[in-house]
Amino acid sequence: MDAGAGMTPGATPRVRLTGISKSFLGVPVLHGVDLDLRGGEVHAVMGENGAGKSTLLKVLAGVHRPDNGTIEVDGAQVSFTGPTDAQRAGIAIIHQEFTLLPHRSVAENVYLGREPVRRMQVDRRRMVADTRKLLDWLGEDGIDPTAVVSSLSVAQRQVVEIVKALSTDARVLGMDEPTAALADHEVELLYDLVRRLRERGIAILYVSHRMREVFDLSDRITVLKDGRFVTCAPTRDLTPDDLVRHMVGRDLGEYYPDRARTDDLGPVRLALHGAGNARVRELNLEVRAGEIVGLAGLQGSGRSALARAVFGVEPFTTGRLEVDGVAQRVTRPRTAVRLGIAMVTEDRKGDGLALRQSVRDNTLLVRRAALRGPRARARSDVPALLDLVNVVARGEHQEVRFLSGGNQQKVVLAKWLAVEPRVLLVDEPTRGIDVGAKRAVHELLRDLAKRGVAVLMISSELPELIGMSDRILVMHDGALAGELPAGASEGDVMALATGHRTGAAA
Amino acid sequence: MTWRPRLAEGTAPVLVVLLLLLVGLAIAGPAYDEPSGYLALLKRAAPLMILAIGQYFVIVSGGFDLSVGALVTAGVVIAARLIDGDEAATTWVILLVLGFGLLVGLVNGLITTKLLVPSFIVTLGMLLVLDGATFLWTDGAPRGALSAGFRTFGRGALDVPVLGEVPWSVLILSAILVAAALFMRSGTGRALVAVGDNEAAVRLSGGQVDRLRLLGFVLSGLLAAVASILLGGFAGVSAQVGNGLEFRAITAVVLGGVLLGGGRGSVVAAAAGALSLEALFTLLNLLGVSGALESAVQGLIIIAAVAYASLGGGLRHRLRSRPKQRNTAQPAPS
Amino acid sequence: MSILQEKAAPADRTAIRPGVRSRLTPVVIVYLALVTLLVVGSVLVGMRGEVLLDQAGILNILTRSTALGLVAIGQTMVILTGSLDLSVAYLIGLTSLLAAETMAGQDGMVVPGVLLALAVAAAVGLVNGLVITVLRANAFIATLGVALILRGYLENNYTGPAGDVPRSFQHLGYDRIGPLPVAALLMLAVAALAWWYLSRTRPGYHMYAVGGDIEVARLSGVPTRRVVVTAHVLCSVAAGLTGIYLASRLGSGAPYVGTDAGYDLESIAAVVLGGTLLAGGRGGVVGTIGGVLILATLDTIFDDLAVDPFFKDVVRGVVLVTAVALYARRMMADRNRGRLA
Repeated sequence: MDAGAGMTPGATPRVRLTGISKSFLGVPVLHGVDLDLRGGEVHAVMGENGAGKSTLLKVLAGVHRPDNGTIEVDGAQVSFTGPTDAQRAGIAIIHQEFTLLPHRSVAENVYLGREPVRRMQVDRRRMVADTRKLLDWLGEDGIDPTAVVSSLSVAQRQVVEIVKALSTDARVLGMDEPTAALADHEVELLYDLVRRLRERGIAILYVSHRMREVFDLSDRITVLKDGRFVTCAPTRDLTPDDLVRHMVGRDLGEYYPDRARTDDLGPVRLALHGAGNARVRELNLEVRAGEIVGLAGLQGSGRSALARAVFGVEPFTTGRLEVDGVAQRVTRPRTAVRLGIAMVTEDRKGDGLALRQSVRDNTLLVRRAALRGPRARARSDVPALLDLVNVVARGEHQEVRFLSGGNQQKVVLAKWLAVEPRVLLVDEPTRGIDVGAKRAVHELLRDLAKRGVAVLMISSELPELIGMSDRILVMHDGALAGELPAGASEGDVMALATGHRTGAAA
Repeated sequence: MTWRPRLAEGTAPVLVVLLLLLVGLAIAGPAYDEPSGYLALLKRAAPLMILAIGQYFVIVSGGFDLSVGALVTAGVVIAARLIDGDEAATTWVILLVLGFGLLVGLVNGLITTKLLVPSFIVTLGMLLVLDGATFLWTDGAPRGALSAGFRTFGRGALDVPVLGEVPWSVLILSAILVAAALFMRSGTGRALVAVGDNEAAVRLSGGQVDRLRLLGFVLSGLLAAVASILLGGFAGVSAQVGNGLEFRAITAVVLGGVLLGGGRGSVVAAAAGALSLEALFTLLNLLGVSGALESAVQGLIIIAAVAYASLGGGLRHRLRSRPKQRNTAQPAPS
Repeated sequence: MSILQEKAAPADRTAIRPGVRSRLTPVVIVYLALVTLLVVGSVLVGMRGEVLLDQAGILNILTRSTALGLVAIGQTMVILTGSLDLSVAYLIGLTSLLAAETMAGQDGMVVPGVLLALAVAAAVGLVNGLVITVLRANAFIATLGVALILRGYLENNYTGPAGDVPRSFQHLGYDRIGPLPVAALLMLAVAALAWWYLSRTRPGYHMYAVGGDIEVARLSGVPTRRVVVTAHVLCSVAAGLTGIYLASRLGSGAPYVGTDAGYDLESIAAVVLGGTLLAGGRGGVVGTIGGVLILATLDTIFDDLAVDPFFKDVVRGVVLVTAVALYARRMMADRNRGRLA
């Protein structure tokens, strides 16, 4: 049925997904994906952002119902109407976001909603004992079942999440980027845990895009690309180079605006010299007026941390930051804004827009919030700004929460254009917006660069990053791993970003 | 661009309610055949409307101010004791009362923003402190007397060309309302609402969130002091003058369609909410409904208003989704 | 540029083991503060040649604690659940009247009076809970609205004390065992029951969960609406008990017995003073009782020192804000540690 090789014939897989398709609002996300999970194996699913990994996981968890295809558990076909069905079938998923109550104990969290009752009381002794048993079974006896969750480290909380999942007698465990929130030494602990789970016969679906993790841990790897099944093979038969080749190398077929020519480039607007803080270290880079510099890296590599540090959210504690050749201390966003730095954040609803306010109010938000004196009072031509970014709204008094994602993002850009920034940091500028709006955002960014703005662009979408950037900086583990010229291949970027290759390639 | 009137979301219902009440008044009471009847209503409503405007600034930026009732009482009691019938003291005492309101607002705001104590608790503490302190200072019962000059603002009127006799309190209210409406159209005013909507967005846009919230509390304190001057003049010196006004002001603001928790609503609608409450009480009076039932009606109305806002709004905006702020550890950014 | 991948963990993310965390929880702070207050108070009162904690003193503190303690126990439950109840003060007045009027001086009517008062209280709590969960009104407004409705009813039907509590029932308010008033012991028994409910039963666990994060609770299968409604019913029943107790002490029902004492805001203050988070999810009855005892002790000390009664309010306000500021600082410290850990 699938291209998988090297499996023991005859053994019924714990879970088998066949021909799974799923679209959202007519946009196909998965096309006929096959996957099978066996007890005692770690099965990694790899692919770029948007390859369909998370959707596949949610189908398995019963969160999404597939449009087509079948799900079999222990050889019997099932259909999940909700997460509880999947749980009953022994499938548990550990999401990236923690679902623990910080003020309650480990045991209380593990049994939340299913507390054992004995003689009218919660049987706390049993709860604690069972939790301890599970923790011991996992070899995590360092965690006290009566400890309050807020006193645990991030890695320990993850263990609690896993225990919570296992306490429902799960035999299939889906893990979505489990190391994203962990420090390196905690990652090692997680590895141990995953191996122990495997030894105990649990089937593990491990979604990640970190090369090293996948090779360290998994028995088999399935690669998805653009929602399609590419390959499934035993890990030992694959090399990192193979994997990168499978994951990338699609026909782009997309249009990107022309890159900057040498004479477009102006003076250095933003420079970092040995800058660092708790999340990033020894950063040296320059961004010139007129260029778009791409910043690549995996989740947690420090890409966004770099932008946040430049913008003063989590300021640099070491090294030097220069704006237009002058060393500056930026310790809060207000300072950054006044120096002409703008940041389009990754989470546009969470910290980019005031959703209940009008398009107009959001467009003027920065100008009103950050500027004082004549610059703040100067009349700004809101319609012209909105025209420039090409927002489609019923009017400038419409609340932004009613706009599409693409138009919301354009409003975010407009609010920064209103203060004419000289340095623009953009983090995932086209995440979750449609193709047309994407293109408009790309053209707008290039246009700004042409007008002398220095643009530093973070993106997880490699085609976008490569298509847009005049140079690409790649981060790995909190530091710059190398620089690539315009038009570098996705393979080159991935190799640096996954730590498969180190050092500058250009 | 052509200007056309537009209403902030949630404003329309209160205006409809107000209009119905005014029509009801015109039908029920002969006094409301001519403008003077409505002027008298406005005069009565002015202190509550001013309090509602002040409360609006705090609520729209995401807080509560429970201390305004106690502040009104304190203002009246302080003024009576200091003036003690001495006409010459009027001016500086008025300035002092205003300054006192400002100071109380400042303290509320500073404790809320710097010590991270919920504003509900801070202003509750302030309520206790003010209640205790004023009576401590006056030995238990209000003493002294207000001067005629002081009381003019609450009960006197000014001869205005064209309009004729217009109560001082209506003039003051109009000035405050216009100023508040203009302020809410200004950059700082819009930023204040944005703080109530999404604090992080304002901070990341370079705004000073703490200062804006502080400003809300200061304005609330200042306007409570103004209301106390009007009420002192209107109703005279009493230790109960401010009782329950904080809840009445919050009711008025909510009735005006302002969202508790901040981020939505207009200041004019908040004032209209206060006027509606007064108009309602007047109407109930005219209809011979026992004054005692006033509060029951008030209670029903605010529950209905909030349920309408959340259910009516909920149905229309089922699809809106806002990421929930969690205080569990977030995955490292990027 | 060559980078060692493994060992370069970002600097501040080293794990801190839980053992390092101090044990100074808000409950401990509250009782330490209470003990300190008793010691300081004893010294101050002693300097006037009197004794703070003699029989009369203890009696005084416990009597003062009884009514507020009962309301605050109920308030603790709703606040833990992430809600709040502003209607308790009028409800206390209403239940005191219902109990006293039903009893009408007859011994035989004591039980019906108590039951009626509690049933009405439970119904009011049910209304509160349903307005919040079904009409999705903000708890502040919902319970304020219900409070106003109750007030209207009281103002419309009563002008002053009414009803008559039989002598036998007045024993509840005045009898004591040694220096300990029976009613205070009953209040402590209710507190113990509430403690057991919150910390030992499933519904109690679920109150913490709903107050901590209603989404997490819902996803874990907790019936969140039922939990909120239950909390409100229990809170109102506690207010009903307070009304009954006050009727027994006064000998009759009084419409404003709850509001004159400001039990609505006062009970919230006591709960928060006792270390329960206003936002819910953390805290408990033990702390609340500590908070109530602190407030009562302050009052008693001031009485003994013959301090102006209005000074008490000032001190209360300051104590409340200071305590919450203190807890907020500790929370921030904890959270930062959690982030670093």
